Amino acid sequence: MVMTDPNKEGRFGDFGGRFVPETLIPACEELEEAFREAWSDADFVEEFHRILRDYGGRPSPLTECYRLSEDLGVRVLLKREDLNHTGSHKINNVIGQALLARRMGKSRLVAETGAGQHGVASATAAALLDMECKVYMGEVDVKRQALNVFRMQLLGAEVETVTSGSKTLKDAVNEALRDWVATVEHTHYCLGSVMGPHPYPWMVRTFHHVIGDEAHEQCLKLMNKLPDVVVACVGGGSNAAGIFSGFSDTDARLVGVEPAGGAAVGRGVPGVVHGMASYLMQDEVGQVQEAESISAGLDYPGVGPEHAYLSAIGRAEYPAVTDQEVVEAFQLLSRTEGIIPALESAHALAWVVRESSSLQGQVVLLNLSGRGDKDVDQMMDVLGPGNIK
Amino acid sequence: MSSPSDVGHMEKFLRDRRDSGSKLLVAYITGGYRGWEAAVESAAAAGADAIEIGIPFSDPVMDGPVIQEASQAALETGATPASVLAAVPGLDTGVPHAVMTYYNLAHHPGHERFASTLAKSAIDAAILPDLPLVESGPWREAAANAGIETIMLAAPTTPDHRLPELCEASKGFVYAVGLLGVTGERAALAATATEIARRCKEVTDKPVLTGVGIGSPEQAVEASSVADGVIIGSAVVRRLLDGSGAEGVGDLVAAYRAALDAG
Repeated sequence: MVMTDPNKEGRFGDFGGRFVPETLIPACEELEEAFREAWSDADFVEEFHRILRDYGGRPSPLTECYRLSEDLGVRVLLKREDLNHTGSHKINNVIGQALLARRMGKSRLVAETGAGQHGVASATAAALLDMECKVYMGEVDVKRQALNVFRMQLLGAEVETVTSGSKTLKDAVNEALRDWVATVEHTHYCLGSVMGPHPYPWMVRTFHHVIGDEAHEQCLKLMNKLPDVVVACVGGGSNAAGIFSGFSDTDARLVGVEPAGGAAVGRGVPGVVHGMASYLMQDEVGQVQEAESISAGLDYPGVGPEHAYLSAIGRAEYPAVTDQEVVEAFQLLSRTEGIIPALESAHALAWVVRESSSLQGQVVLLNLSGRGDKDVDQMMDVLGPGNIK
Repeated sequence: MSSPSDVGHMEKFLRDRRDSGSKLLVAYITGGYRGWEAAVESAAAAGADAIEIGIPFSDPVMDGPVIQEASQAALETGATPASVLAAVPGLDTGVPHAVMTYYNLAHHPGHERFASTLAKSAIDAAILPDLPLVESGPWREAAANAGIETIMLAAPTTPDHRLPELCEASKGFVYAVGLLGVTGERAALAATATEIARRCKEVTDKPVLTGVGIGSPEQAVEASSVADGVIIGSAVVRRLLDGSGAEGVGDLVAAYRAALDAG
């Protein structure tokens, strides 16, 4: 198996590990042990899947894009994570982590958020399981995702605006880590992607494995064969890890699409931040650089260590697309299929559009990780109400 | 127990002072922040037994607001590891120097290169708070080969069974983290401060210094009733941020020195 468990140091090849202050090492060990134990407990796994089904709306459908496919000459299938409760794939991970936190006797969740999707999902899980929740969000993101801030507050979470550093996702992670260092005895850090110290990258991928498992089965049912290409957007890389994990042992080509302004894998420079060794955007001395993209959820200078590994061994490829290509893909899916995608997910489609001439006649499975309602305000600014194509 | 040949300059210097009956005082100053060189000399002249020089990093996860602000300001005015380190050999302190920074700045140039740059820059020791014991082996080896002592942090959450190995691995001194949290002054000394120092002292005869959360000379005295001394950081850097300059830093360090000497 390609996407298997990391080794006992939490490494996927050279990537991963546990680069956090000594204070947090026992908490990471405790979490790893609790996760191993819970995931081998049939009752825990059953409750996880029951909540995802009865509350989250799983399984998410597989949608065949007839008009788009005809336009592109590529058969495009969408895995509809946008139809999950809270509007993205993030709910899978937070339900898993919140159940685990409760099982560990922790009463409080802290989370970081970029676009706000993971923050909303965390606040939702906290409400469902009667836990306290504090979400750290960069000042820049608070401004461009005001609706999600209010959503989190409605759900009973406290949203803390982060004004340090670049005031985006990476600084929200720093602030959540600082909170956790001080509150580790009763607080669980509900990390939102396949990043951070071991066991997070592995645990978060495991909670999202359901995306790949469902899609694998749905593809077989629909076509009696598997897709030629599986594509997903990559910031930290959780939705990509989820869908890749259902196809990493097949012949499918795996493609993780990064924003041009946040292409951690694309630049390929190894580094260590936020608890993990991975690829990291940094300057010539090792200061972490700020990612810049149109989508807050992909504004992250690093990437989950398993993606670094999949790239290094050549199993997955990580091209980048520009903001302009994303804006066009965002409109294209809205117009041809009646589905407004999250700007994050539009990255995956932007790649398919750009590469369509080389993908003629192939079947592409695209993970539509989230819905675009949260981005409509921003796109109105970008496009202007009178400038829709 | 370390053999004498293992003992580096930082550890020997601090052991000698401790064994002569003095409580130890280490002052942290953010390298690259306006006026930092004069502040380092002033802190040493006022009685600091060693100086910790921060190399600013973009993502300082162990630091609270005061040191974050100083680091950010230093980065914005162009501070780099090279610019900070280049200034150290010219500083007149008469005491050992440690750098305090984050692991990526050692990882990026490569362990050997970073360690040798430190050694050439009048640095005796390094503190990398995001490099825990389990991940520290390769760096510690490269550092030791270059003559750099790696100071390890022992946290209140570190289990008893890991402390002997951690204290054995630590060179220079053992940094006992006084509380669950990031750097910064607190109104009262946390109960964890004396507890972690006591647990370290039980398993090592290396100097054990308590840092993180020391907010007053009185707290320093209280912490040093168990530990061999204290590290003060945010209190010092706050003097730089509020414009008190090297003189203000000197006065502050002198006040801690006097309190520790009076017991």
